[in-house]
Formats: sequence, C-alpha cells, structure tokens
Amino acid sequence: MRKIPILLLLLLFTLNEAIGQSKAESSFDLELGSDATFFFKKGAFNGQKQFYPSFYIQPEYSLSWNEGLHNINFKGFFRYDPNGNSRTHFDIREMYYQYVKDRWELSIGAKKIFWGKTESAHLVDVINQTDFLEGLDGEEKLGQPMVQFSYLTNFGTFDLFYLPYSRQLNLGNAAGRPRTPVVLNDDDFRFESNAEEWHPSGALRWSHYIGPMDIGLHYFYGNAREPLLDIREDGSFGLLFPKAHQVGLDYQIITGNWLWKVESILRMGSFDNIFASAAGFEYTFSNVGNTGLDIGVLAEYLYDNRGDFAFSSLDNDLFLATRFAFNDVQSTEFLAGFAQDLSQSSKFFRLEASRRIGENYKFSLESQVFISIDDREFLSSFKRDSYLRAELIRFF
Amino acid sequence: MLNPMKSVLMFLLLFTFTIANYAQADKGLEIAKLADEADQGFESTEVTLIMNLKNANGQTTSRNLFNRTLELTSDGDKSMITFNSPRDVKGTSMLTYTHKEGTDDQWLFLPAIKRVKRISSNNKSGPFMGSEFAYEDLSSQEVEKYTYKYLGEETLNGEKNLKVERYPVDPKSGYKKQIAWYNPDKGYRIEKITFYDRKGSLLKTLIYKDYKLYKNKHWRASEMQMTNHQSNKETQLIFSNYQFKTGLSDNDFTQNSLMRAGK
Repeated sequence: MRKIPILLLLLLFTLNEAIGQSKAESSFDLELGSDATFFFKKGAFNGQKQFYPSFYIQPEYSLSWNEGLHNINFKGFFRYDPNGNSRTHFDIREMYYQYVKDRWELSIGAKKIFWGKTESAHLVDVINQTDFLEGLDGEEKLGQPMVQFSYLTNFGTFDLFYLPYSRQLNLGNAAGRPRTPVVLNDDDFRFESNAEEWHPSGALRWSHYIGPMDIGLHYFYGNAREPLLDIREDGSFGLLFPKAHQVGLDYQIITGNWLWKVESILRMGSFDNIFASAAGFEYTFSNVGNTGLDIGVLAEYLYDNRGDFAFSSLDNDLFLATRFAFNDVQSTEFLAGFAQDLSQSSKFFRLEASRRIGENYKFSLESQVFISIDDREFLSSFKRDSYLRAELIRFF
Repeated sequence: MLNPMKSVLMFLLLFTFTIANYAQADKGLEIAKLADEADQGFESTEVTLIMNLKNANGQTTSRNLFNRTLELTSDGDKSMITFNSPRDVKGTSMLTYTHKEGTDDQWLFLPAIKRVKRISSNNKSGPFMGSEFAYEDLSSQEVEKYTYKYLGEETLNGEKNLKVERYPVDPKSGYKKQIAWYNPDKGYRIEKITFYDRKGSLLKTLIYKDYKLYKNKHWRASEMQMTNHQSNKETQLIFSNYQFKTGLSDNDFTQNSLMRAGK
C-alpha cells in the first residue's frame, strides 16, 4: 500500500484546484445502518455465537467541476461488529479522479466495476475482490486501485484497466459466522507471483448493445481474485492466489417479458483451468391486475468444473426464485430463492425483503437457510449457519 | 331478394361513413403531426422535477428528479432521468432510447452495487415510482405511437381546443384510448388528457398548468396534475429551471454517462 499516500496527495491537490474553480458542484451523503443477525443453531466451531448486532457508516462525497469534465468521488465504509469483531472492517469503496471528454473517460483511483448479468452468481466480475464479510452473494466488493480508460465507438465501448495492486481477501476471525474450520491469517494467504499483491494485473473489455441484446467480452491477466485451496506438506491448508489468464462472456437478450442471460468464464493458470457458467431466464408478469405489482420468475443453471472445490459450491446447481416489486410509494420488494445441487443433497433458501419507511429510512430482512449440505462441498463449513437478519438504514 | 335501390343507398351510406372515418383519422393524425412539428428544434432540454404523491387520505410525499432529453428526428428521443430523493435511491438513473416503431430500449443504473441493468420496456403500464403516472405517460410522445380520430372543437379555459381521440399502437399499453385537447393557437400544446383503461372506463385525467414559452417556440407546462378517478390518488409534477439547447449530444446518453448521471 506504499503508493496510497502519493495517490492521496494527488487527489488533495486536484481537489484544491477544483475548489478554486467557480462552477464546482459537490454533494455529501451519509448512510448509517444497524443490523441484528440471529443464527438458528449453535455454531460448529468454538468462539462462534448465535446473536450478532452490528453497525455501519458509509460517507459519500462527490465533486465535479468544469461542467462535469472533472470529477472526484469518494465512498468510505466502516462496519463495527461488537460481538467478536469478525465483521469489523474499514474499506475505501471508491476514491478516484475521473476525466470525461466526449467519447472517452479516464479514471484514476479506487473503484468498483460490475459487469454481471445473472442474479445467482457474478462470475465475470473479476476486477474487484469480494467483500466476504458483507455477505455470501458476492455483490459487495472491496475498492480496487486502478487506472481505467474507456473509449466509446460506434461498435461498442472499450475499457482498458491497469490494476497495480490486488486487495487481500478478508474472511473474518474465529468469532465470525460463517467461517472456515481453520481460521486463516495473513501467513495462510500466498501468491504465485513473487511480487505478491503488487503483481500488476490488467484487463480489457468490449461491451455493446445491438437492438435487444447486450453483450460483453473480457480478457484479464494477473492475480486471480479467487484463490485455490493450498494444501501444504504438513497437511495444513491455506489459500493460494495464482496468476491467471481469464476470458469471459456476459450476454443478455430481451424478448417481450423474457430476459435471457448467460455468463461464462474460462480461467487458465499453471495449476488448473477453470470453466464456470451461469445461464437462465427471468420472466416478468408486469402490472398484475393493474395493481402496479410486478412478479418476476427466474431460473438459472450454474456449472463449475471444480465440482466440490468451487468456493460458491454452485457447481451443478439449479437456482429458482421469484421477485415481487410492488412499485408502491414505499418501494416494497421481496425475493425468495431456492438453490438445489443436482448431483448432491445440498440446497438452500434465500429470502430478501425491503421497504422504505418515511423518507429517510429503509428496513430490510434477509434470511439464508442451508439444508442437507453435503460434507464434500466447500459450503459444508457453513451448514449450521442458517440465519435471519434485520436491518435498519438511515439516510442523510 | 334485396332491393337494389336499398343496396346502393346502403353502400353509399357506408362509403360516406368510411370516408368520414378516414377524414377524422386523417385530421387527428394531422393535428398530432402539427403538434410534433411545432415543438421541433428544441435539440435538448434539462429540467428539475418535484413529484408530489397524494394518497386517497390526502397524505403527501415528495420526490426530486432530474431529466435530460435529446431530440432526434430520425428516431425517437433519448432521455435520462435521475432520482435525487428519496435518499435510498439517490443516484438511481434510467436511460431510455425511444423508438418510433417497436419497443423502446431501457437501462437502469443501481448505484449501491454499481450495476447497469437492461430492463424490459414492456412494463409500460406500470406505475412510475409509486405515482399515478405510468411509464408510458412519461415517455417521449412520438406521433407513431398512436392512431387517431378527430372528435371536434371544444372550448377549454376560454380557448378553442381540438379534441382528438388516440389509440395506443402497442398492445402492452394500459389504455384502450386517450382523449387529448390540443390548443391550435398555442403551438398545438396539449392542455388536458383523459385516459381510459383496457375496459374502456375513465381511469385518469392529466391537466397541464402554467404553460411557459421558451425560445419563442417551445411550450412547456410548469405543472402536470394527474388524478386517478378509480383510486382517488393524485400526483403533481412541478417542473423548474427548464434549460434548452444545453449542448447535450449522443455521448451524454450512454451507459457510461448513466453511471455518472446521479453524481
């Protein structure tokens, strides 16, 4: 992280320049959240508890000047987990300078990049490390330092990424739920590259829309964000981040109320070659009975050639879900999902519901229930970790 | 045996009706075209909106939005709408490419997870942000989106108006028909629309208020009042700080600019 202070200075310098300009526009937002998680069963490992409250603070600042030509964005995140500190962590989600000119954009700093199309897995999102402490769905990511250059053409958008540093995966501590049987510390994370986190990575993406189709292709080379299981000579294990070449595809087509989606990746390294894919559809019954209610039904199939060694444990699984969006004043939403392993007994339920309260609050419920998890699967360490979480967020 | 005289008479009558129908359709279409032409050349607009939602008990909540529109003549307009409040959806933005024919293209940006999601524009009859406006009420009103029938003149607020019935071409529309009041002396601006649901019953009334003339050519209402007669709910849209010809181009209506829109 040696380069961070230099980056900070650079940002402060541009900030100072910006404030000197007369037409600068800025905004500041703050999110405060508190949640309570209740695990239905006692933990599988010593030190784990059944009830965890936690709090987070998320400040966001943006500044733009010269009619949006220059922009600075900052988003910080801090979570405090008083019951064992497993989820306690701080992250700079975003801190970047962006220059926008006609057909191109340049961003320097920490950012999050989302390319995914499917709902049950986000295979193609290779730029950022997952923030595991914020959930198993892989949607929350750690801010990734980068230089990103985007160029818009009549035949699609080209994005070029230079990623000088790889963010470390944080799996929490012994008091955390869920967690791996052996608590992994810094010494258990190894890199194939001698430069470790500082081994630079790069990526190129082309994305385009043609009528009802949206398509993206990417190539990535560098430290894989997803580690391999590293079994050492003494029988203990850790995690190894290999150097990898990855190509991937994300595709979506709309036909009437149908959305068809595919995501596929092929990751090649000196240890193994990984092929993973997620494909499916979502059908929406819109404005049911003129009540404004939208009901979505989705089904996705997931494949991963690692089988039981897939970290997501979604190696030959079917995911079925239904989504209710009431489109009311409080934006009430509800999602119920179910995943079934097609080669084993493992299955899980997932429930998400949210509703705005007044103007500045949002209440949400989330539950994940693991059922008959096969002991051969990676997910088996989490099999006692079915939970219900209630969260209240205040927006300022 | 059919009386030949009667048949001829019937035919003539039918013929006249058909011609009259065509004439009414022609005149309706002509009015819609005149309204469209009268507003051509605005190039681009940017406007701040306040949306006041009132439920049947009279309780109100407010939303703050920002809209950019780019005029295209070869195809439908492009627009981008950004939510500033409620706070939990701040930065959420929607990009729409309206097409004269066929379904529109639509993308939604979800700032919490930085995701740009292509969405189906089939859901046009659904409510926009829990309001009484459906998506189709707010999308660009291209001439080709309806067929027309001229109903006649009517005085509204002391001014001569032309009443035109219009029928949505898209079978996914939530309406069987709409009746629009065009003001021919004020650039064929629309003063009022009544909406009829699929069963043909009166569903909503939209009233345009406080029109202002911009750039000596473009009439824009400062307020739109939508009343739902079936639910007794109301939505008021207040437009402020209208800007014309702001130099927006195609480059400001891309998925990349969608991600920046809420900043």
